[in-house]
Amino acid sequence: MTPMKKTTSLNVTTPSEREILMTRVFDAPRELVFEAHSKPELIRRWLLGPDGWSMPVCEVDFRVGGKYRYVWRCERETTPGCAPGMEMGMGGVYQEIVVPERIVATEKFDQAWYQGEALCTLVLLEKGGRTTLQQSMLYESRAVRDAVLKSGMESGVEASYDRLAKILAS
Amino acid sequence: MIATLSALSEPNRLRIVDLLRDGPRPVGEIVERLRLQQPQVSKHLRVLGEAGLVAVRPDAQRRIYALRPEPLQELDAWLEPYRRLWEGNYRRLDALLGELKTTQTRPPKPARTPRKR
Repeated sequence: MTPMKKTTSLNVTTPSEREILMTRVFDAPRELVFEAHSKPELIRRWLLGPDGWSMPVCEVDFRVGGKYRYVWRCERETTPGCAPGMEMGMGGVYQEIVVPERIVATEKFDQAWYQGEALCTLVLLEKGGRTTLQQSMLYESRAVRDAVLKSGMESGVEASYDRLAKILAS
Repeated sequence: MIATLSALSEPNRLRIVDLLRDGPRPVGEIVERLRLQQPQVSKHLRVLGEAGLVAVRPDAQRRIYALRPEPLQELDAWLEPYRRLWEGNYRRLDALLGELKTTQTRPPKPARTPRKR
């Protein structure tokens, strides 16, 4: 397989029928990447989804058995499916925490637009001051996984074989 | 879509697709390059063909296999919105980490005891 040239690009793969795996390299030590995933004041600065959404609620009880809760609000209409004032909430329970390398947590949306809970595993690997992030989401079934993948915002982007090659080459 | 994902979920079939990205090839060359058995390669090519991922054309005594981009483009289009959503998040995370790097110093490694000379 050809190695990727651009280390900052995001890889999305489906390693098994019920799973989504995202891989991304960050130019920072993993302690910082870990903090950005565990401190609410940092989480709410990047985990916002599409343009136009804010994160008014970001509560994190960062310990095994502790809960977290996120709520996003659509502030201005930028994409189909985003009506100003509309809110979307989710939360879960931390299952496993290994500072600064691993966080396992359940994830469930308020609106129950997919069945059951997802199990999310974050793994951080550091090499030469750069951190490789692996975020996997394991869903209850293939149908649920596929629904989640399809749920992203409306795509007007032209399909490109090159981009796909990167996904497959991962 | 499911046919595409299933066809690609076998490691050797993915290797065949990867090889064909560089251009069409006869079966013999695929066998040679990937060091697989001929019947095994033929079986994989049949599955890939059924999923619409490869097309075959005869060339004298040989059968030349080529990649068909359509199912791959469809798969890419399917993953694109999800990837785009997270690319936005991670670009913001890049900026935040840059900021944290300048305001925070890394916790010092446990100090080594200086060697006595």
